[in-house]
Amino acid sequence: MRYSGFRVIKEALTGHKGWGPAWRDAAPKPHYDFVIIGGGGHGLATAHYLAKVYGKANIAVVEKGWIGGGNVGRNTTIIRSNYLLDGNEPFYEHSMKLWEGLEQDLNYNAMVSQRGIMNLIHTDAQRDAFRRRGNAMILNGADAELLSAADVKREAPFLNFDNARFPIKGALVQRRGGSVRHDAVAWGYARAADSRGVDIIQNCEVTGFRIEQGKVLGVETSRGYIGAGKIGCAVAGSSGRVMAMAGMRLPIESHVLQAFVSEGLKPVLPGVITFGAGHFYVSQSDKGGLVFGGDLDGYNSYAQRGNLPVVEDVCEGGMALMPMIGRVRLLRMWGGVMDMSMDGSPIIDQTPVDGLYFNGGWCYGGFKATPASGYAFAHLLATDKPHDTAKAYRLDRFRTGRMIDERGAGPQPNLH
Amino acid sequence: MSQVNRLSGGLVDRETALDFSFDGKRYQGVAGDTLASALLANGVRLMGRSFKYHRPRGVLSAGSEEPNALVELRDGARREPNTRATCVELYDGLLANSQNRIGSLRFDAMAVNDLLSPFLAAGFYYKTFMWPRAFWEKVYEPIIRNAAGLGRLSKQEDPDSYDKGFLHCDLLIVGAGPAGLAAALTAGRSGKRVILADEDFRMGGRLNCETFALGDQSGADWAAATVAELTGMDNVRLLPRTTVLGAFDHGIYAAVERVSDHLTQPAANRVRQTLWRIYASRTLLTAGATERPVAFENNDRPGIMLAGAMRSYANRWAVTPGQKVAVFTNNDDGLRTAVDLAAKGVTIAAVIDSRKDATPLEGFNHLRGALVVNSRGRLGLREISVRLADGSLHKIACDALGVSGGWNPNVQLTCHQRGRPVWDDTLAAFVPGGSLPTGMSVAGAAMGDMTTTGALVSGARAAMEALELSGSAPDMPQAEDAPCSPTPLWFVSEGKGRAWVDLQNDVTVKDVKLSHQEGFVSVEHLKRYTTLGMATDQGKTSNVTALAVMAELTGKTIPETGTTIFRPPYTPVAIGAFAGRSSGKDFRPTRLTPSHKWAGEQGAEFVEVGAWLRAQWFPKAGESSWRQSVDREVLAVRKSVGVCDVTTLGKIDVQGADAATFLNRIYCNGFAKLAVGKVRYGLMLREDGMAMDDGTAARMAEDHFVVTTTTANAVGISRHMEFARQCLWPDLDVTLISTTEAWAQYAVAGPNARKLLQKIVDPEFDISNEAFPFMGCGEITVCGGLRARLFRISFSGELAFELAVPTQYGDALIRRLMAEGEEFDVVAYGTETLGVLRIEKGHAAGNELNGQTSALNLGMGRMVSKKKDSIGSILSEREGMTADRHRFVGFKAVNAGDAVVAGAHLMNKGSVENAANDQGWVSSAAYSPVLGSSIGIGFLVDGDTRLGEIMVAANPLEGSSVNVEVVSAHFVDPDGERLRG
Amino acid sequence: MIINHPLLGPRDSQEFTYLGDASLMHRPDRQGENAGEAFYEYQYQRDNPAGLHRELWYHEQGDRSWLVVTRDTTTHEITDVKLARDVARSEGRST
Repeated sequence: MRYSGFRVIKEALTGHKGWGPAWRDAAPKPHYDFVIIGGGGHGLATAHYLAKVYGKANIAVVEKGWIGGGNVGRNTTIIRSNYLLDGNEPFYEHSMKLWEGLEQDLNYNAMVSQRGIMNLIHTDAQRDAFRRRGNAMILNGADAELLSAADVKREAPFLNFDNARFPIKGALVQRRGGSVRHDAVAWGYARAADSRGVDIIQNCEVTGFRIEQGKVLGVETSRGYIGAGKIGCAVAGSSGRVMAMAGMRLPIESHVLQAFVSEGLKPVLPGVITFGAGHFYVSQSDKGGLVFGGDLDGYNSYAQRGNLPVVEDVCEGGMALMPMIGRVRLLRMWGGVMDMSMDGSPIIDQTPVDGLYFNGGWCYGGFKATPASGYAFAHLLATDKPHDTAKAYRLDRFRTGRMIDERGAGPQPNLH
Repeated sequence: MSQVNRLSGGLVDRETALDFSFDGKRYQGVAGDTLASALLANGVRLMGRSFKYHRPRGVLSAGSEEPNALVELRDGARREPNTRATCVELYDGLLANSQNRIGSLRFDAMAVNDLLSPFLAAGFYYKTFMWPRAFWEKVYEPIIRNAAGLGRLSKQEDPDSYDKGFLHCDLLIVGAGPAGLAAALTAGRSGKRVILADEDFRMGGRLNCETFALGDQSGADWAAATVAELTGMDNVRLLPRTTVLGAFDHGIYAAVERVSDHLTQPAANRVRQTLWRIYASRTLLTAGATERPVAFENNDRPGIMLAGAMRSYANRWAVTPGQKVAVFTNNDDGLRTAVDLAAKGVTIAAVIDSRKDATPLEGFNHLRGALVVNSRGRLGLREISVRLADGSLHKIACDALGVSGGWNPNVQLTCHQRGRPVWDDTLAAFVPGGSLPTGMSVAGAAMGDMTTTGALVSGARAAMEALELSGSAPDMPQAEDAPCSPTPLWFVSEGKGRAWVDLQNDVTVKDVKLSHQEGFVSVEHLKRYTTLGMATDQGKTSNVTALAVMAELTGKTIPETGTTIFRPPYTPVAIGAFAGRSSGKDFRPTRLTPSHKWAGEQGAEFVEVGAWLRAQWFPKAGESSWRQSVDREVLAVRKSVGVCDVTTLGKIDVQGADAATFLNRIYCNGFAKLAVGKVRYGLMLREDGMAMDDGTAARMAEDHFVVTTTTANAVGISRHMEFARQCLWPDLDVTLISTTEAWAQYAVAGPNARKLLQKIVDPEFDISNEAFPFMGCGEITVCGGLRARLFRISFSGELAFELAVPTQYGDALIRRLMAEGEEFDVVAYGTETLGVLRIEKGHAAGNELNGQTSALNLGMGRMVSKKKDSIGSILSEREGMTADRHRFVGFKAVNAGDAVVAGAHLMNKGSVENAANDQGWVSSAAYSPVLGSSIGIGFLVDGDTRLGEIMVAANPLEGSSVNVEVVSAHFVDPDGERLRG
Repeated sequence: MIINHPLLGPRDSQEFTYLGDASLMHRPDRQGENAGEAFYEYQYQRDNPAGLHRELWYHEQGDRSWLVVTRDTTTHEITDVKLARDVARSEGRST
């Protein structure tokens, strides 16, 4: 069923009786050509592009709970392609372009909103680094602007310019950055994939792999064995757990990242703003809540909750940056489990097990990467070759010494 | 308007009248009122508008679960949007305004949304607004954003201050109702350290709202007497106006105390709120229960409220919500509302009881087996439609309706970790279940014990158990109430109109049905698709009802359909409270250098360097730009001598018989054979082979080194070295201590550096070039016996020393150096000049050592010793790292007037500026007054073999690409003659 | 969280800095066979267990001890805390 304004009006006048399920609640078949493990944004996007772009059929997405219940449903909804390194920038710029056409591609309004992202500069060294980054963005075909402190003040007069511990000296801005209604991304991909025959199988937890002579044959699940030609694993924070069933250790640790939303307010923030001298980034949702976050709690965790020190640290950053939010009330906090990789960049690659493919290590970057990740993973699954924009995301890059370390933090996942 | 709805009795102080205003109109209330009770007393039912449809709304509850009566409290910079009128303690001069409206509250232009409601069903926005593509951001979204949101933020700096505190106790009791008070009494009398917190300003919970007796006194009197006894106990800390907002790991709780919110503004030097971090050995949750409404068509009109809230208003605040009141209930509690209000002289129009078998309530129009199916009244309830047991429809005129659908235990804090509530069929509600947070137990109504006697007994018993007290619990008075025996009734399915489940977010039964129809069946999908439970009340009065509707649609039981779980905070908390004092200049501590005071006296400009403030440059009279000052400082150093405070560099004292062995493993280059009295430059790698930090190590004695680190990495390197010492080589005889704060250290650089120092170094120490050559070090005395350390090291390329004295002499030393240096025209120089000097000399610093560069990149590949085991040496040999051909070189603007800027990317001349042609980047740049040109250093593919090549330093970001010549990074004194002189 | 420091008693985890898996103490022998591969495994590959995890915490705002903490990554419950130096010695590391 196609969604449109006309259809909304028609249904409104006839009691909304015509709307059907956004996707079928499919039961598993004995065998698929492609099984995607993980009904999050990346897994659903992979299925969509496999079907639509690569013309594949007989595809299933298996999800242990309900689709969209992981990180795609618990993040700060930011999209951007403001990366420095060659291994990353073309990939995230591809993602940005896919975001820009997402609604029309999916026939689903995920509210892609390019209200801009502003990374604040507080030191000369930071300006040097951001200039290098902004130039890298432009050289890769993305957009970037370097703002002076006066420019920033004009665009965001509510920031702390008078009494700041770390004065604002400018900003790197990407106007095409912004935010997206995160849940709708999962639902939109699910609905689009389902419309092309992809089986979305919920409450179906993978409990093991059937591997013979180095080749994967299928997955054992809580709903029985499912045979598969190729299996793609896109389970983010659960990567370690799932790949361990295939006998693999990964260059990944699972960490908890907290996020926060305030009570709804009439519009106060133009776009996304990130603090450069503390751990705080914020945007305002269409519903009016300030959606914000900060640093990882810092310790390995599979619990979707964090602790008080980081809550305080994030709010301290917020108050330091925008003293007007003192009386805004924090409404809800939650934690997501991040698949933190050893260089802060993701992995989209074949594994040593024939027929088993891995997509993970997204760190904080997973949400904005959703379309490109799905696209590149679909490309890899369909062609056995890495997509042009994802060539650097090799599993063996740590062995060979080709890290993609945007922050220069080294092999300590909680620093990325 | 006078207080037309004020009744007799109550727990308010009628003698103290308080003036307040709402939407510009002046009213009067009394001490003890909330804003909600005072408005009701004045006959004001309309208090707000709903989020989506802008429906007129009145108060639903008498507590923090309130979804409707949200106001903007106060004005100016103190304006607080979305404030629950039910939680605002009335103070004299209180000023509140309604919110989320265009025009007046009565005639909100946005109420047009209500007429359009068929088009605005759950999730409608996912299906439209897609064409044309550009319209979303330009047209649709701005309209939606302006329509959405609730109250308005002042956009001004919050003028109030906040604080944080830390508390420890044996037992934290959350909630001071009957169970909490009984527990506190029990625990308090045992002598244990007890904290009792309650969100209300008056402790007692429902005891203050009900009329039945406890023993021979009223519930409120018993509560007051108990609070008085607890107040007298030194081991008990009472925290009224305090919400325990979250349960965190290992028995840590966060609570926010609203210290001054009941005042016009905080008193001088007082905070608005305090965030308490409470370390509790045990915790008892006695947070009571929250009444839930029943959904029926148009159940959202002002005047329709929870039946228990009606009793609260009547009994505690002596206010009736209307002149003619009806009650709609599925349990005995609703009947109590009718009885209590009637006793206060309020007319009870009818008691509509969904239970056919309920015991008849004598003296009332008790309509058993009946349902309220609709209501009327645009800005306030006028009439309800009632379907009687016999099927007939009756209209009943009333201006207030109390609704009771039973009670939900307040399980929120039990869910903050991994607890999942379990369904209790008798109560028809979720009760605490699963594993509770460490050390937590639950008692009273929060545990599903819905009678007062039960609460008292279970509270006392739970305290005994938690604290492992022996003996018997204190006697508790008998209460006369009985369980309220609800017969589940979630929503009335009659009628085609909307029946609200989530009042604030305007989620109706229809929306839940639509969600089901479209496959959003799981609770998580339902919440996200309809926004149910996402409003500021976090679904306290709506979540279970929605589950019940979904359960009916799916033919499952409620627990099969899902559970309700909650995340912190229990109620929304001001961000300012979480930040405490860490705002403005106090966001982070500021570290000052030993010469800070002196530099301030010289008029220095200061700059933030990590936690430090350092002098950036020292302007002199007549200098109008920073460049003039910096050029002067640079030239003065190169010509004569300058002094710079370098205390901020990390200093780590390394001692022990194995100190040399240890450093030999920490640095990639060799240290084992460094002679005593010598300094060596050292490069540390991370274990992954990337450069981590550089600095010097000075061998003061056979078993004693002084290691310096960069300012930025001082803490991290200390941690890294302790890791190596404790975790990798635990038996090496070596100890470490950071002495960064212990020594004030000054660089004295320039051709006259030695002459200057000779004036203050005590004569028995020879610092001539022969006795104290380049890279020498030693313990000396200065200024007539002051202990000092001298290092002959140079970051500037000049003849230079670094002189360290105990920190307390740092101020005196800079003054002395500057005075003694007058004959040499000594200058003080700041971080800018430091930067220019080091770029001219080609020294790597933070921009080059950014964690992404290897020794090879930095031109120090040969320093990585292959002969020994040092951290990072093995992994630095990985093929991908040795294949990286970026090399450290210098760049000089071809046209002297052009500026080389850091962050420019290097392109071959004539090639298209794109990523494929990227040859490297400029990492640091400066204007060199010595060379009279803009220069830079950076990394270029095969840079070491391309000297003399002309390239483009492309800066498309600022549209300023310039031609540069590739040169050696050592612009000044490449052969090192000056620093050895 | 609260970490029960073996020398100092219970301390708020905020006083500590986290590093990661305690296997980071098992630095390979550079002379060993296939040292490059061993260092790669040591530095990059993780068990990342959902359950008990032995991990390194540094008492940065305290006595500068490195601790080996055994903590459940699904519940955050801490079951054991030892001085890393003692653990290192007991595992045969010395000089």
